[in-house]
Amino acid sequence: MELSEFMSLFWITAIMLLGVTVPLVTERFGRTANTVFTMLPPAIALAYIASLIPTVLAGNVITESLEWIPAVGLTLSMRLDGLALMFAILILGIGLLIILYARYYLSEREAAGRFFAYLLLFMTAMLSIVLSNNVLQLWMAWEVTSISSFLLISFWSSKSESRKGARMALTVTGAGGLALLAGLLIIADIAGSYELGAILASGDAIRDHALYPIALILVLLGAFTKSAQFPFHFWLPHAMAAPTPVSAYLHSATMVKAGIFLLARFYPILSGTELWFLIVTMTGLITLLLGAYVALFKHDLKGLLAYSTVSHLGLIVLLLGLDTELATVAALFHIMNHAVFKASLFMAAGIIDHESGTRDMRKLNGLWRYMPYTATLAMVAAASMAGVPLFNGFLSKEMFFAESLHQETLGFLSWMIPVLATLAGVFAVAYSLRFIHDVFFNGEPVNLPKIPHEPPRYMKIPVEVLVALCLLVGIFPAFMIGSLLEAAATSVLMKELPYYSLAIWHGFNIPLLMSVIAIVGGVLVYTYRRHLYSFQAQFKETDAKLVFEGVMQKIVAFSAKFDEGLNNGSLQRYVALLLLFTIVITAIPLINLDVAAAHLPDQPVTFVEIVAGVILCLSAIATVIYHRKRMIALITLSVVGLIVSVAFARFSAPDLALTQLAVEVVTVILLMLALYFLPQKTIAESSPSRVVRDLGIAAAVGGVVATINYAFITQPLDSISEFFLANSKTGGGGTNAVNVILVDFRGLDTLGEILVLGIAAFGIFKLLTGVKLAMPTANYKGIPWSEDRHPPILTVISQSLLPLALLVSFYIFLRGHNMPGGGFIAGLITSVALIQQYIAHGVDWIKPRLKVNYQSLIAWGVLIATFTGIGSWFFGRPFMTTWFDYFDIPFIGEIELASALVFDLGVYLTVVGATLLILASLGKLTSVHRPVAEE
Amino acid sequence: METLYVVCVGVMTFCGVFLCLRGRTFSVVVGLTMLSYAVNLFLFSSGRLNLNGAAILGMSESYADPLPQALVLTAIVIGFAMIAFVVILSIRARADLGNDLVDGRDPPDTDKLVKPIRSKL
Repeated sequence: MELSEFMSLFWITAIMLLGVTVPLVTERFGRTANTVFTMLPPAIALAYIASLIPTVLAGNVITESLEWIPAVGLTLSMRLDGLALMFAILILGIGLLIILYARYYLSEREAAGRFFAYLLLFMTAMLSIVLSNNVLQLWMAWEVTSISSFLLISFWSSKSESRKGARMALTVTGAGGLALLAGLLIIADIAGSYELGAILASGDAIRDHALYPIALILVLLGAFTKSAQFPFHFWLPHAMAAPTPVSAYLHSATMVKAGIFLLARFYPILSGTELWFLIVTMTGLITLLLGAYVALFKHDLKGLLAYSTVSHLGLIVLLLGLDTELATVAALFHIMNHAVFKASLFMAAGIIDHESGTRDMRKLNGLWRYMPYTATLAMVAAASMAGVPLFNGFLSKEMFFAESLHQETLGFLSWMIPVLATLAGVFAVAYSLRFIHDVFFNGEPVNLPKIPHEPPRYMKIPVEVLVALCLLVGIFPAFMIGSLLEAAATSVLMKELPYYSLAIWHGFNIPLLMSVIAIVGGVLVYTYRRHLYSFQAQFKETDAKLVFEGVMQKIVAFSAKFDEGLNNGSLQRYVALLLLFTIVITAIPLINLDVAAAHLPDQPVTFVEIVAGVILCLSAIATVIYHRKRMIALITLSVVGLIVSVAFARFSAPDLALTQLAVEVVTVILLMLALYFLPQKTIAESSPSRVVRDLGIAAAVGGVVATINYAFITQPLDSISEFFLANSKTGGGGTNAVNVILVDFRGLDTLGEILVLGIAAFGIFKLLTGVKLAMPTANYKGIPWSEDRHPPILTVISQSLLPLALLVSFYIFLRGHNMPGGGFIAGLITSVALIQQYIAHGVDWIKPRLKVNYQSLIAWGVLIATFTGIGSWFFGRPFMTTWFDYFDIPFIGEIELASALVFDLGVYLTVVGATLLILASLGKLTSVHRPVAEE
Repeated sequence: METLYVVCVGVMTFCGVFLCLRGRTFSVVVGLTMLSYAVNLFLFSSGRLNLNGAAILGMSESYADPLPQALVLTAIVIGFAMIAFVVILSIRARADLGNDLVDGRDPPDTDKLVKPIRSKL
């Protein structure tokens, strides 16, 4: 059966992603079943990948894509080439071994299901990185690896060091991820596509672009943080707080290789420049040496392996930086070799920790007698790490030595690279030797918590498989991985590979000599390590964790201070800042606006208009001047409002004039009522500088607004309103276009508006419920309020005016469709008429006479308006289609009935209900009828 | 006439913004009312200034743009509701906080008051 006929690359991620839930579901069936089920999704994925090996090795690149959001050019896209294949096999193969190992590593009390779920999530993300053919998709998966790494490091969340280590790893790799995103966006912008295929094909355009250095540095930041390169290496040793399977898998074999994968993936477009060589080589070299040196002094088994990992990652980065074709081949080769021997070493360290209870090499001695089998496995892997012949690590290391010789880019200093490489080799041999000699020999164990013994049978299987690979690759390199390496290297270099031979013996040459020096030197260093230790002991050890936490706390403190400055709880400051910001962003386009743009000349102005304008401006300014004398300010404010309504009337907007007039009345009544509850006077408390600042802001805003207004009202009008005017009568059945727009064309907007009105009224009612205020009995001068609450003249007149006012509002309501008027205006007039009764008679008089619940009035209004809209559905029309017809009624004549009238009734009721609810609730505060909370 | 119109809008905006920046709730309410007048006039003028051209079919030769009028009509009503809300909010604030300051506390005590509250959160 051809598996590939049924599957596509998308299935791999889909199965893996679904697989994340498998361990959680199967946890209840016991640990072994849970492990077996957890291994299923990666096993299926691996089988499918394996079925594609012949295709990829034949030199094909498999790509698949799915349109996701084509409108914005987003596609899901997968790619399987040699590099992706190599990484996919590493991820899935080692992943399966890790799951098996973790089954025995985790104790019965631990949440294995959760652990496996995180592990599969990480595996999915890692696979998505390597299989991605779209850089955004790649980045997304990249971030998920950071997050799943965080979850795995903090798996033992009760330990402080786990939490700190996880936070540090997430901060460093997350920050790098952001840099990477920026870099990828620049690259995609230059290449004109997010597809990897298109980007890889535009290498020259990218290297020649002015933004190349920035893009390169951003991408390198992403890669170096992820792959723990100097100076970002510090997070990796602290990530060792994770359970050992995680360290073996994420922090040596796969996730830390993601950065290197990125370098390899973008090698065709980013490499080949001086900048690339300098940054990548130097970073790699420093990391290689630093890691190898520090590893020697770590007493913790995992600490030693962590720094050794840092060192080997540096080696691979250095190789990629050297920028020769064979160096790249060596880099890819070493990725595989390192993953294999380092994962097995971590597993061995985990076994030792598990069976003896400590990882401290000062206590662990002479374990050979207790666990000879594990010791043998560890020794093979360590020999590979040291670069001893017959093991895989030797081969790639020798290729590395050979390539370090072929450098001329550093000019006369080029000799330093092979020398420093050999020096790093010396330290590598020394720490490998320490790992073996200190732990398995070197006397007797010191105060071990447990008596060490061999681990369970199956816990050794993953180590055995990896160690066997070390040997097989070390002895038969070309047979084992020759073709895979070739495919991977071809997809990185994107051209014919130069000749190279994968063999143990290349004759007596300089690389061999370098290897010999490294081994002999390593043995010597280890033998005389006491001197080195005493030298190292003079240095004060800095704990990266403390430094990191300190920096973090400083950043947090700075942010808090910055936040305090902006967000200090003062509304006045927010308003001022908001306005300043508005001035800046509106003034800039105004500066660039062409003054000479076509303007219509001003219309002639009449004397009356000038007088009105002057009164308006004077009243507005008077409001400002007298704003502390609140009653006067209110009077001048109402003058402004009146002139505004006159302006509406003057400029052909009778509906607006009526509305403004009615609202003006209601607003003034409202503010007067409010004045009763608020202090009568404002104390002068603004400092002169504050007044000047506010005057400046206000003048700037006023100037900008006036300028914008002038800029557009002198432009010729190009409006969509022709449509409304043309269809007002024929489509909406009314001649008052404004009203037809409100109840018909834009009826849905109006429905929304009355809903807001209703909500505001209910909100006010709620706010006033249970409010406790001291009622003043005198004004601010100490003059008591008049006892004569309801003057008879007002009472009589208002009472006789009421029917008239209601009649007027009814008339205004009915004619609204054809003449100025309508629900809004009629509603306001009715409200004013009723409020007048409240003022004249008081709540106690009104209460028994006007038995209307304003809340239900609002509700009915909104319901009527909504159902009128829905009504059109019953006639098969869209929501809010108006129906109208003309009827001939005896004695009255022809009248028009339109469904819009019913809609307008809803508007009317809501406006009346809302206005009266607001004013009456406020007015009732002084009476026994005040709103109270009902339980 | 356009110049006069925009000068009026500008002056009202100026007065409204200045009052909005005051520290007492009533001044802010007055400022908001003033500002809403200015905004309504501003929006209304996007239909340009027309004399004798009410958008009633059959009543005049050329019509004023009805669309801004319809928008401003609802804006006036909603503006009233919002101002009412702010007024009531300031009454409630005075009842609950014991003063009518926009920030709900006296300016000089800012430092003393903010920090303990923050540290509790």
